[in-house]
Amino acid sequence: MSGKMLNLNRTPMPKRDPKERIKTFDEVALGYTEEDALKEASRCLQCSRPFCVEGCPVHIKIPQFIKKITEKDYIGAVKIIKEDNPLPAVCGRVCPQEEQCELKCVLNKKGAPIAIGRLERFVADYEAQLGLSEKPEIMSPKGKKVAVVGSGPAGLVCASELAKMGYDVTIFESLHEAGGVLVYGIPQFRLPKEIVKREVEYIKSLGVKVVTNFYVGRTRTIDELMNEDGFEAVFIGTGAGLPKFMGIPGENLLGIYSANEFLTRINLMRAYKFPEYDTPIKVGKVVAVIGGGNVAMDAARSSLRAGAEKVYIIYRRTRDEMPARAEEIENAEEEGIEFMFLVNPVKYEGDERGWVKTMILQRMALGEPDESGRRRPYPVEGSEFPLAVDTVVVAIGQVPTPIIANTTPGLQVHPKWGTLVANLKTGATTKPGVFAGGDVVTGAATVILAAGAGKTAAKYIDYYLNNKNKPNIWDELFNAQ
Amino acid sequence: MGFKILEKAQLGPDSILMRVSAPHVAKNAKPGQFIILRPHEKGERIPLTIARTDKEKGEVTIIFQVVGKSTKYLSLLKEGDEIPDFVGPLGRPTEIENFGTVACLGGGFGTAVLYPLVRALREAGNYVIVINGARSANLLILENELKELSHEYYVTTDDGTKGLKGFVTDMLRKLLEDGKHIDRVFAVGPVPMMKSVADLTKNWNIKTIVSLNPIMVDGTGMCGVCRVNVGGETKFACVDGPEFDAHLVDFDLLMKRLAMYKDLEKYSYELFLKELEDKECPGKC
Repeated sequence: MSGKMLNLNRTPMPKRDPKERIKTFDEVALGYTEEDALKEASRCLQCSRPFCVEGCPVHIKIPQFIKKITEKDYIGAVKIIKEDNPLPAVCGRVCPQEEQCELKCVLNKKGAPIAIGRLERFVADYEAQLGLSEKPEIMSPKGKKVAVVGSGPAGLVCASELAKMGYDVTIFESLHEAGGVLVYGIPQFRLPKEIVKREVEYIKSLGVKVVTNFYVGRTRTIDELMNEDGFEAVFIGTGAGLPKFMGIPGENLLGIYSANEFLTRINLMRAYKFPEYDTPIKVGKVVAVIGGGNVAMDAARSSLRAGAEKVYIIYRRTRDEMPARAEEIENAEEEGIEFMFLVNPVKYEGDERGWVKTMILQRMALGEPDESGRRRPYPVEGSEFPLAVDTVVVAIGQVPTPIIANTTPGLQVHPKWGTLVANLKTGATTKPGVFAGGDVVTGAATVILAAGAGKTAAKYIDYYLNNKNKPNIWDELFNAQ
Repeated sequence: MGFKILEKAQLGPDSILMRVSAPHVAKNAKPGQFIILRPHEKGERIPLTIARTDKEKGEVTIIFQVVGKSTKYLSLLKEGDEIPDFVGPLGRPTEIENFGTVACLGGGFGTAVLYPLVRALREAGNYVIVINGARSANLLILENELKELSHEYYVTTDDGTKGLKGFVTDMLRKLLEDGKHIDRVFAVGPVPMMKSVADLTKNWNIKTIVSLNPIMVDGTGMCGVCRVNVGGETKFACVDGPEFDAHLVDFDLLMKRLAMYKDLEKYSYELFLKELEDKECPGKC
């Protein structure tokens, strides 16, 4: 290392004031200024063996793009990112960098890691502000059609990778807007929808066709796409869209939403702008959100912005076991959301019109670690107590919708999780020609892991289509170690 | 790129038929399924029954009743206009087989759902009895079509302006008491009507299928707003239904859940009607 003094402090990113920001759906984190970005980029040691790249599920060439920033070549920087990730403005905002690239940064040992995500966001937004859209090289058309089911992060990345290789790619999306969880799930104040739109437009500019209002499994089946419509391979990136409920008494009372419904109404349907937009939502004065993940944080923070006066997060374990990003927990706390740990609802009681009024909570204690490595909560007998609520959001997880598996013979599903069985190294499912990746295979996870899975699948779809006639090609892909 | 309206016809005072170009939907649509559309860019997603499809021409016919802002907006679109979003077919198709003698009961607007069903049941070799009911004679829809498709056709009106004065259940009870053997009943209409059909047929031990119409958002199994209680289990009407065994459905819960947004729906509708009025008379006449 050079004799230059190491700066171990991260350049902070400006955020809106909590008191002000809870009144609107405007983005909370404001992003780096050019000055901030230059300052932060100058801290990068430009390691010859960069661990950060290993920590990135899509292997962005991180030191190279940061070097471009120090040279003030921001467009050059975004170009380098886009070679590996077509969604820099999205990933710069919602990736859990602290668990990935930034976790691996060598500066961690001495101080704070490089704020890689903030830098990624800075260059992506810089490009957007100039109205530019750098495109990578696109290979000559191969004349082969590939269908991508679902337009969330896995599908978008898979499609863009295949388009770059010269494939004729069509994305099929069941909703009326492309982006999957990026549009229906993640709220505006964390990921503005204009950004998602821009990234989708960029992917279209690579030649990808996006067909919305097309529900694969019902509108057409996978077999029809392959046998009748001329698609030689299919990538399934349909995510985990089926909300889990707890199955406790009173769960169908009015005012109890799944997180999916609550967030879809707000994000996709813009219910917070009712009556300008037609979809309504009812958010009472006191809201309880059940769950400890990012979706729970999103629902809680959305509730405040939709007019709730008091919002609780109800979580059956403790803060240490919460799966939400530290940054999101912090944001929620700053905004005045109250966390109740080691409690779990056991039933709901309603009024005569069927609206939820009270939830009965039971205290929990932590026992031995379970298969996730987190200590398993168990109920404390006789500890039930009531909590008056007007609205409840159940955010305890999502599993894949069964519709595609049910309508596609040969596609095997994990009996317990409902996820598609696929080789994680290649994306190959149990059905030849059909690949899958993202939450539909792993269960609910992160945007970038889905993007990484889409990228991997694209590589092996290309390999498969180049070697279709090789004997046992599918066994090779499905059993790859 | 939207979905073009090829034909629009008024069926009754508030009932409208639209033939829409939607080749992907037409290709795989089966009786009992529905579509979800969004009438405009700021609109909500609403489920509507598929009344008829023409696979060759790629056309889907929908029938709807003007009940609020979305349907009002839709009703103001003209032939040649486009509906921005139109997705389907959604839901499970009706189980169609030769049951023997089937009675199909349509209450008010539910008759629209019956139409493709009656055709399919007839084609499957059933002896089909149709009971078409409405509040008043002018609200009856699809009379000629159903008369033609059925073996026996009856009408009931609440006010007695046509057919039997009373409800569709009164007609069904009469047929059963007169000794008519019926193997299966299909009932579609307002929740109280479906509930009373279920109560009646339970006594007679006749398997009865109802098509439920809860609030939906995505219609693809994602949000769970359409959850209904069937035999003590929570089901999503959009993907597990919309048709269920009437004797297992918790109709009271369905009715309550349907009313969840009544006030806001009314507010939005009134705002829209006022907007329309202001547009017609800019200077307040």
